Amino acid sequence: MAVQQLSAESLAEKIGVGVPGSLSATSGNASDNVLWVKPSSVADVAGFLKSDAGLDFNFLNSISAIDYINHFEVVYHLTSLNKQHMAIIKTRLDGREQLSLPSVYHLWRGADFQEREIWDLMGISFSGHPNLKRIMLWEGFEGHPLRKDYL
Amino acid sequence: MPIQTEPMTVNIGPQHPSTHGVFRLRVTFDGEEILEVEPIFGYLHRGTEKLAEERNYTQIVTLTDRLDYVSSMINNQAYCLAVEELLGVEVPLRAKYLRTLTAELQRVASHLMGIGFFLQDLGTLGTPLMYAFRSRERILDLFEMLCGARITLSYMRPGGVFFDAPDDFWPALDQFLHDFETEYKEIEHLILENEIVMVRTRGVSVLPLDLAINASVSGPSLRASGSDWDWRKKAPYDAYDRVEFDIPTATGGDNYDRFWVRIQEIHQSIRIVKQCLEQIEPGPTRANVPLILRPEPGTEAYGRVEASKGELAFYVVSDGGISPYRMKVRSPSLINLTVTEHLLVGWKLADMIVTLGSLDINMGEVDR
Repeated sequence: MAVQQLSAESLAEKIGVGVPGSLSATSGNASDNVLWVKPSSVADVAGFLKSDAGLDFNFLNSISAIDYINHFEVVYHLTSLNKQHMAIIKTRLDGREQLSLPSVYHLWRGADFQEREIWDLMGISFSGHPNLKRIMLWEGFEGHPLRKDYL
Repeated sequence: MPIQTEPMTVNIGPQHPSTHGVFRLRVTFDGEEILEVEPIFGYLHRGTEKLAEERNYTQIVTLTDRLDYVSSMINNQAYCLAVEELLGVEVPLRAKYLRTLTAELQRVASHLMGIGFFLQDLGTLGTPLMYAFRSRERILDLFEMLCGARITLSYMRPGGVFFDAPDDFWPALDQFLHDFETEYKEIEHLILENEIVMVRTRGVSVLPLDLAINASVSGPSLRASGSDWDWRKKAPYDAYDRVEFDIPTATGGDNYDRFWVRIQEIHQSIRIVKQCLEQIEPGPTRANVPLILRPEPGTEAYGRVEASKGELAFYVVSDGGISPYRMKVRSPSLINLTVTEHLLVGWKLADMIVTLGSLDINMGEVDR
């Protein structure tokens, strides 16, 4: 059976009940099928997606960050190996300084290196990560080279 | 009188013969026993994701070759799938078969290397490695006939493949498949029931299934722990929905099972190649796409394949320009290393090298 992508509406409905007040207004195309979450609620929503028996998102495929100059987007690709479905969660961080998101390390160990990489190259820190230090570059390196204003 | 021992911290690598590239492990030992491990990487970091923002969509194919450089065909494939999804391009059927066929040959080549170096790390001093390389060389020869390159192939392009296979490719492939049957039997006979391999690898560095899933481990390392998750089945791309194959799995999650799963996967890959050969029909090999591609602004795609190391994906975001606004590489080698500490602590120095070999990482892909 092929893996299905869950519709953002059905997810939003469940999260509206499970973690009220955690969703943010949709930006971007409705056809993208993306669930937009408030930055402060990322770990709560992730925890719900993982523990809800019907959703059961037990596999974190990847975490990506994108620099849009005035704001950053962080994208979580998730899959449930048991329920055979996937979802895309996005959050938007405004500004360029002192950016921080709650870590999902305690939910998925797979977030370990990926959050460190985003901190290293994009300069978004993750609160609650037990070992948040640079991963590709060395400690003491100045700047975050994947940002658009770095070269 | 008991002998007092003190913990000692040692650097294994960078530039150590058994670290599969420029990889460094900071290990604290008590005698031979491992107390703490910290993997340190970045020595091969070339900023591929940043470079991609300065290249056009066609040029980036060459960057993907240099990620997992023993598996560049599959890297090309993942990237091209992402760009095709961005553009909404349908790939011609013959190109789909050519891609599936070459990707499976590449998987065989990559797994042969994985198996060969795993045994090298066990201390077999070259013999199985040379057996594996003998067959791998034949596959590289086939690739050379297709595109003139052996390692950094860039054979696939957004919309299909660069060129149709030349006429003399098909008899050469038949000859390879014929010879490989015997060659691979020799390799299996040499290693599969080998007592030393069994004793050294059975029950060592066990990765339980729940931890493997929680740590986002994918590919043969996940399937050796009991899952049958394979993106070729779960979200078929190119011609994988038109061929039959099985997913070899094991339940032990130890070094032997990771090694065993790769050995069995080679059989399935050859099975897929043979079916592609039977089914492939003449036709165009590339969709009509321009050299300079401009996907719609605001579109994004997650091109995902089951690579030889695990789930490889390119997350590409377009702003309507000739280069991606952002290209993120989901690297299976990097993420599979998340479990390094769990696998190694409590085991001995000699097991450490073998465990690292059983994960089959590639530093080009870890550091990017």
